Amino acid sequence: MSVPSNFDEFLDGIWKQNPIFVMVLGMCPTLAVTVSAVNAISMGLATTFVLGASCLLVSLLRHAIPKQVRIASYILIIATFVTVVDYAIQAISLDLYEALGAYIKLIVANCILLGRAEAHAAKNPPLPATFNAIGMGFGFTLGLFAIGCVREILGAGKLFGISLFGEHFQPWVVMVLPPGGFFVLAGWLIVFAAFEQYKSKRIQGVPS
Amino acid sequence: MSHTELRAAPHQHSGNDVPVIMRNVVYALLPICVFSVWQYGLSAAALILVVTLACLLAERINNFVSGTASTLSDWSAVITGILLALTLPPSFPLWMGAVAGLSAIWLGKSLFGGLGQNPFNPALIGRAFVQAAFPTAISTWVPAFSLNRFAGFIPTTLTAPFMLPPDIKHWIKLQGLDAFTGATPLARWKFENVAASAMEFLTGQVTACAGETSAILILLCGLYLAVRKFLDWRIPVAVMGSVTLLSWLFHLAQPARYPSPSFMLLSGGLMLGAWFMATDMASSPITPRGIWLYGALIGILTVMIRYFGGLTEGVMYAILIANATAPLLDQFNQPRVLGAKGSKS
Repeated sequence: MSVPSNFDEFLDGIWKQNPIFVMVLGMCPTLAVTVSAVNAISMGLATTFVLGASCLLVSLLRHAIPKQVRIASYILIIATFVTVVDYAIQAISLDLYEALGAYIKLIVANCILLGRAEAHAAKNPPLPATFNAIGMGFGFTLGLFAIGCVREILGAGKLFGISLFGEHFQPWVVMVLPPGGFFVLAGWLIVFAAFEQYKSKRIQGVPS
Repeated sequence: MSHTELRAAPHQHSGNDVPVIMRNVVYALLPICVFSVWQYGLSAAALILVVTLACLLAERINNFVSGTASTLSDWSAVITGILLALTLPPSFPLWMGAVAGLSAIWLGKSLFGGLGQNPFNPALIGRAFVQAAFPTAISTWVPAFSLNRFAGFIPTTLTAPFMLPPDIKHWIKLQGLDAFTGATPLARWKFENVAASAMEFLTGQVTACAGETSAILILLCGLYLAVRKFLDWRIPVAVMGSVTLLSWLFHLAQPARYPSPSFMLLSGGLMLGAWFMATDMASSPITPRGIWLYGALIGILTVMIRYFGGLTEGVMYAILIANATAPLLDQFNQPRVLGAKGSKS
């Protein structure tokens, strides 16, 4: 199989090249907005939309954009969609908009977007490019959700704002502070690394 | 003789290997633990036990996961556990103590490669973690020498895991004390400008963490280690010297505002920090001038945090920051190589 199918392109971002746990890209929103599961998911979906739309456009225009000014053009395209998302979230929920703060605007600086545009969308036809981009977006969302869940459960005793352990839960304040983001991200990276090691051992058939 | 073994120098040494040194540090800590238990009763004993067990458990899990031989017998995890427990308030819930122990070993030690590789004192990393995670519980104090301290636990000690510790105001009232402010001497100085007397500190009649109360006892235990050369005497001397000098200068300038040097020396965790935390071999410098600078830095930072910072106690962060500078201090203070001419290259 030489050309990956669209479905493979989609799965690529969710597991094999997960932006957070494998490529370790987009760390700024990963650490900053994963205080709660809701924030994490909305940030992930906003990024997914920008990713899909900008990669589609980049892929369509890939023959029209001169090589010398491609980065500026990609950023312009990405910035356009970020502005759209920015206004959209502001219109849908002002609370969410304030919770996410500057990080919606900072999607434009997220390396996943430029990385995808440069490494994939600029070299592939629109359909696989879009599938790949949306897969990456969902992978990103999943990663943010995984971190956000742990931080919300430990940091506030809640999930999606619903109290899990009753009133007497002792919140781990550190989990909603910036260090908590680092600890939980590192914890998930350990889990993924251990899983990869286990899998490669099984494939090679090395007796452990 | 069947074979000749080739070995690198040193060929003759004192015979003090890591377990021997570590075991002696444990011996030196035991009197402090006993005093703490006598002072705070069952709760302190349970706290010391649980935190130490959590450290041993974390160490054993590391060995299991990495497939290496057990490193429990080098006693370093025991020291981390005891030191950590001594820096926690006696009423600290046991499950939080266990969290502190696990994070001390995992975040403070094994993450960096185990014994000898840790850039920071593991016990202080554990304390910093729980201070950030549970700021209320770690600043809840109980009176020393309460009436029925051996009859039962302080109510907060047995809090169920992940649950809020109960309010202990009612329990404190039952202890037959007229006035208990629930503040450490440093907090009382900072917020009410009341300085405790030196006598209160020397006899342990103050509100404090489990092992910070008797300055004399800590001094004696530290001296034992210094005499047997298991810790570098220059570090505690530099810490205490710089604290004395700096606070004396402040006290001279404004006696009404700043407390006397003896208060600064005896209060809080300074003694324990200077003798047992700052002297951690892996995280302190090894060059002579570096050691003096390192100790002085801890003292200066402690005074600065206590006087001008938002926290009441600064020893923990002072030592952690100084630990971070230790490699740099070593690098800039290399002794002149024998025979080298002029300034160092």
